Amino acid sequence: MSSKPVSDTTDPGNWPERYRALAQDARNPLLKEFYEAGCVAPDTPLADVPMVALDFETTGLDPSQHSIVSVGMVPFSLNGIQLGAARHWVVRPKLPLHQASVEIHGITHADIAHAPDLSEILEWIFDLLKGRVPVVHYRNIERQFMDVALKWRLGEGIQFPVLDTMAIEAHIYPERHPSRWQRLLGKRPISIRLSDSRSRYGLPHYAAHNALIDAIATAELLQAQIHHHFSPQTPIRELWL
Amino acid sequence: MQAELIDIRNHLANFPPFDEMSEELLDRVVSSIEVEYFRAGSPILEFGSPNHWLYYIRSGAVEIFRRSGELYNRITEGDIFGQFGLLMHQKVRFPAKALEDTLVYRIPEETFRFLFEADDNFADFVEVEDKSRLRSALSRREKSNELMTSRVTRLISREPISAPCTVRLQEAARIMTDHGVSALLLMEDHGDHPRLKGIITDRDLRTRAVTEALPSETPVCEIMSEDLITIRASAFIFEAMLTMLHNNVHHLPVMDKREVRGVIALADIVKYESQSSLYLVSNIYHQQDVAGLKKVSRDVPDSFVRMVNEDANSHMVGSAMAGIGRSFTQRLLELGEEKLGPPPVPYCFMALGSMARDEQLVVTDQDNAMILDDSFVPDEHDDYFRALAKFVSDGLAECGYSYCTGDIMATNQKWRQPLSVWKQYFTDWIENPKAEALLNSNIFFDLDGIYGKTDFAEELKTLVAEKASNSQRFLTMLARNALNRTPPIGFFRSFVLEEGGQQRKTFNLKRRGTAPLSDLIRVHALACGSRAQNSFERLKAIGKTKLILDDDLGNLRDALEFIAIVRIRHQALAIEEGREPDNNVRPEDLSPFERSHLKDAFQVVSNAQKFLRFRYNAGVGRNVQ
Repeated sequence: MSSKPVSDTTDPGNWPERYRALAQDARNPLLKEFYEAGCVAPDTPLADVPMVALDFETTGLDPSQHSIVSVGMVPFSLNGIQLGAARHWVVRPKLPLHQASVEIHGITHADIAHAPDLSEILEWIFDLLKGRVPVVHYRNIERQFMDVALKWRLGEGIQFPVLDTMAIEAHIYPERHPSRWQRLLGKRPISIRLSDSRSRYGLPHYAAHNALIDAIATAELLQAQIHHHFSPQTPIRELWL
Repeated sequence: MQAELIDIRNHLANFPPFDEMSEELLDRVVSSIEVEYFRAGSPILEFGSPNHWLYYIRSGAVEIFRRSGELYNRITEGDIFGQFGLLMHQKVRFPAKALEDTLVYRIPEETFRFLFEADDNFADFVEVEDKSRLRSALSRREKSNELMTSRVTRLISREPISAPCTVRLQEAARIMTDHGVSALLLMEDHGDHPRLKGIITDRDLRTRAVTEALPSETPVCEIMSEDLITIRASAFIFEAMLTMLHNNVHHLPVMDKREVRGVIALADIVKYESQSSLYLVSNIYHQQDVAGLKKVSRDVPDSFVRMVNEDANSHMVGSAMAGIGRSFTQRLLELGEEKLGPPPVPYCFMALGSMARDEQLVVTDQDNAMILDDSFVPDEHDDYFRALAKFVSDGLAECGYSYCTGDIMATNQKWRQPLSVWKQYFTDWIENPKAEALLNSNIFFDLDGIYGKTDFAEELKTLVAEKASNSQRFLTMLARNALNRTPPIGFFRSFVLEEGGQQRKTFNLKRRGTAPLSDLIRVHALACGSRAQNSFERLKAIGKTKLILDDDLGNLRDALEFIAIVRIRHQALAIEEGREPDNNVRPEDLSPFERSHLKDAFQVVSNAQKFLRFRYNAGVGRNVQ
């Protein structure tokens, strides 16, 4: 078990307090309600944390230039991922679909022609986010795209803690990039991409690639990481970012 | 269900009982699933704790234990567990532990109950004990073979042609020619109704009447065959086939109580099953020397493969192969007698082991013995019988029946003895049983006279039937020997799973499957005083005494049939692929269907061995290995 927390700041952020302050400032009723639903205390054991895995497919990597094209979400806890409550939406991007990304996530122009704008599904997204800690694989996508998308549509952004399975992998394999000397000896770098990380925990390979399957895959990965490197009793403050 | 979850639905749809489920129900299942990860070594279900979920393994492997902590099964991707607890008071009956890092899909009790009501296939799968699943697997197989589903009456194409048994040869021949039949039934007056007395065939006319130049005035009753072998009208065609093979007759009167409904001939069945084993048998009798027999013997593997491909059951295949083996032996004895002259004293040639049980396959060695008349004088007569035994044994070896490595053959003087000596042998074995001696003489308790004075063999069967059931010590030792070989627990990936958790690459389907079964069936049959030799017949005899419950008997029959048929198929496949057939099976050679039902069958064998140990008090001490 890794004893060092993933959160490396001395003050990992008192998120419940920040939520209360943000609720005061929020103007949009959906956002206000989201913050008012609160956030678990930093000392809450992982076993007691309601979570929601979140995955976006986007037209590119830069939130200021690219847009979200689909959203996958599934609520879960350490002992169960509820497939029945899983949701997936295709949304209309603000910017034209980039040919390269079309190939990645298989969403085509025809799919998005009649898709809603993100603003039309925000109510459902917040329904799943409320009271849960979001879990993502690579926080720079989901958190930043969400923030930018809301600023664009509501005139105000969003903040929330995340459990980042990619950051956890990076934390567990700090020396994943072999030195030149090690490389000469045949040592290969350890990949912390979602599918490579999963295979280290004996998790199955998913043929399909969409925001919902990736969200489920992320939730499964977090369960595996907790069982292998932490414990159900580990307080969430050691992991959230 | 969200369409994006199709990956998960497709996974379920690859494995029973979800593979036959409607898409609508599957969607419902997927929507109810909770996914959970277990690290290798962590407990999933603990005995006696409440359980409200059915578990489905998406990836990884799980070990299931008995209450006692003994390993019950090792299961993997696509397998389910937890169903017994759900069906029984929602308490865990079989604890489960993750053997590897494992991802499970949990299906809640509510959905489980709904599926149980809405989908019969699902209900059967999760509810039925392993054994009933085995039964339905077998019955599905047997439906496909016409020989096993059609009655002999279907082969009767005309009214029976008969004549009073007082007619003369010439008249009989004329009637047969006029009606174009190859057999004539001969009737005797009996009150109002004439009764079947005998039969005469065109072969009889040729061999008995013509070659011996009998006058055409001779009454037909002088050469007709009496003590008729007949078959009941309700019998299936394969039973008629087995009867012909076993008794080496080519015509069978079909009887409805005392009434003759018709006659079926070998040719009628051959037409049904072209190139059958019966055809091969008739060919054996046409051979004039060992070289000819050797040539015919090359067709035996083909005949075997054909029967298997026509979905014959193991009883059919085993009897047909034994019938072929008997025919080779009988013909060799005829040729031997032609060469050496008539025997100086009467004798009986006896088959032992699988041939006597009618459970022979293609890979087999010869196990035989000779019972000589008590007037036998070694110095005067043994040269003849030694020569005859050698002629037969060498001939059989030429025809592919290799010499017995344990030297249980009539060529061994010990096994070429007068009836009185044989009686002493059996009396000793039964009344003064010694474990090791018994291990070697096991094979003699499957015996059948196949040539000459078969009455001698019948006398031995009677002696065994009477004495064995009265000797508790004998039964106990026999039972202990029958427990020396145990079945594996099942399979895990490409391995055979042994008790205690060891894994092996291959296993011997005879030593670990059919042999332990026929061993334990033999013990019960002897305890019941049964004279039957065939394992299925023995099971019937055991059933009449109520020594074993009907349900358990049915399970034993199914297990024997299934293991035997897998073994048979395995050998047939080897022959078709030009490999040497054997009994060693690798789990990867088995279909998922075979693996799952073999596991069920092994379970039946294992339980039956436990009962055997208890019933004959064979638990204490151990016989030699």
